[in-house]
Amino acid sequence: MVSSTVTGVRRAESVGRVRRVRRQLPTSPWLFAAPGLLITGAFILYPFVSTLVNAFTDRRTLIPGEFVGLANFRELLHDDMFWIGLRNSTLYVLGVVPALVILPLLLALLVQKNIPGITFFRSAFYTPVVASIVVVGLIWVWLLDERGLINSLLETVGIGRVGFLSDQWLLLLSAMAVTVWKGLGYYMIIYLAALANVPRELHEAAAVDGAGAVRRFLTVTVPAVRSTMALVGALSSVAAFKVFSEVYLMAGPSGGPAGEDTTLVMLVQRTGTGLTGRVGYASAISVVVFVVTVALMLLVLRTDRRGES
Amino acid sequence: MRAVRTRELVLRYVLLLAVLALTAGPFLWQLSTSLKGPTEDIFSSPPKFLPSHPTLHNYERVADTIPVWDYALNSLKVATANVVTNCVGSALAGYALARLRYRGRRVTTLVFVLAMLVPVEGIIIAQFTTMRELGLNNTLIGVVLPGSIGAMNVLLMRNAFLNLPYEIEEAAYVDGANAWQRFLRIALPSVRGTVAVVAIFAFMGAWDDFLWPLIVLSDPSKFTLTIGLNYLHGTFANDERLVAAGTVIAVAPLIALFACLQRYFFRGVGEGAVKG
Repeated sequence: MVSSTVTGVRRAESVGRVRRVRRQLPTSPWLFAAPGLLITGAFILYPFVSTLVNAFTDRRTLIPGEFVGLANFRELLHDDMFWIGLRNSTLYVLGVVPALVILPLLLALLVQKNIPGITFFRSAFYTPVVASIVVVGLIWVWLLDERGLINSLLETVGIGRVGFLSDQWLLLLSAMAVTVWKGLGYYMIIYLAALANVPRELHEAAAVDGAGAVRRFLTVTVPAVRSTMALVGALSSVAAFKVFSEVYLMAGPSGGPAGEDTTLVMLVQRTGTGLTGRVGYASAISVVVFVVTVALMLLVLRTDRRGES
Repeated sequence: MRAVRTRELVLRYVLLLAVLALTAGPFLWQLSTSLKGPTEDIFSSPPKFLPSHPTLHNYERVADTIPVWDYALNSLKVATANVVTNCVGSALAGYALARLRYRGRRVTTLVFVLAMLVPVEGIIIAQFTTMRELGLNNTLIGVVLPGSIGAMNVLLMRNAFLNLPYEIEEAAYVDGANAWQRFLRIALPSVRGTVAVVAIFAFMGAWDDFLWPLIVLSDPSKFTLTIGLNYLHGTFANDERLVAAGTVIAVAPLIALFACLQRYFFRGVGEGAVKG
């Protein structure tokens, strides 16, 4: 197992030389890669390209359609539902991302120390990640129901019942809370790995200097894990912008009261499927999803780089 | 000093228990609801956390309402197929990218990197039309195919193979072993851990998936569990005991799997996050 890089490189070269003498079957490497390339090409890359192409056509599920230029995008500008979707998906990013960057970090700090029973707690905190979003969504629909557990508790303590699932804004907020609840454990594990690399001496030095827990968190922990925070920010913002299931399950397929809770991906699904699905128009919305997703990733990674320099 | 330590420890456990109530509580409440009989008030205020006469009656009723065991079987088929295709396909492709020399290797790697960056939610409509063209919409094969060899898994396997020392394979090469033999006998057994991670996440991904099966399946007899649950919720929304029993059926196998194989679940998060 122990080998220096130098010998590794030399041996790799010698292998290459031998190979030239005794050639392996030329088809073999392609046979190894073929299944993966075929699936990826047919079901990821081809649909991606055809989404880009379809966005400029009036294709429907059963009608091939024709090239219509920018007509779909012009229509988007005047489509109220599109703006509602864009608004909700954007709000989702703004609401969910700060919580998913900070809360799992605090949680990781809480479970970092090896005290008795800690592995049980770590696993228990991770359980929502394992469950299907459908299960999670339905669990919370029941918890937040007009007559559900949370409202029973609120009534018991004298606050009274709240229409979590009937008010447009409370619905969106509840869905965000569910997303955060389900994501906590996942990002906690990412942070745990990052925290393991923070040198202990830093904390001890800061403690000797009289820095309290909050101070140490801000001056030692946060700078040490900031690139992980950026990673979590990038992952969670991209995921949040593409939210579908939580809102679909909690607000219903039509997106809550008057469709006001529709997200962009819900709109893609609603517009593009079914026998009369407007494939072209749904593709144009998808293109907007692509553009915003890429922009979000670049934005988060850039702020990270700027913060470092 | 000691008093401070004890106080800190107590505070830690109090916080841990509070978070535990928040993360595990909702599952337990769902389980409790599913075990409450038809005469028991599930809406009482203050709430009753434990069923007074626990019964499995609701589980029988779910099976009478929707073919829940058929749906579970469909989910199992889809998840198992997804595990097999992902393990085999990504191990093969990952090995080619890491160890075999051929013209076009860089392009192949680039193809998988690009595929990993494509947001799946944005191409579902085109995936659906592709499935229609192939005549595979509304089939379980259609559910499996798009994710059957995940680009991220291919890159995970590639990295695992790259991290193996070259010497052993070289020795086998000198002894006249061809690419298949080196792959099967030497390289693959050394990356079992990564294969396990790929397998577990492939199973979980397929078992939990919602958006894609929702789009590709229209015939209720073909539904997977998640789609069946959504249907149950939409149709019998006011029967909370029934929905609760359904969700418990859907989530129990995965919690059991997680309890047995935690280490791989956690490892997968680390490796997936770095790549994703």
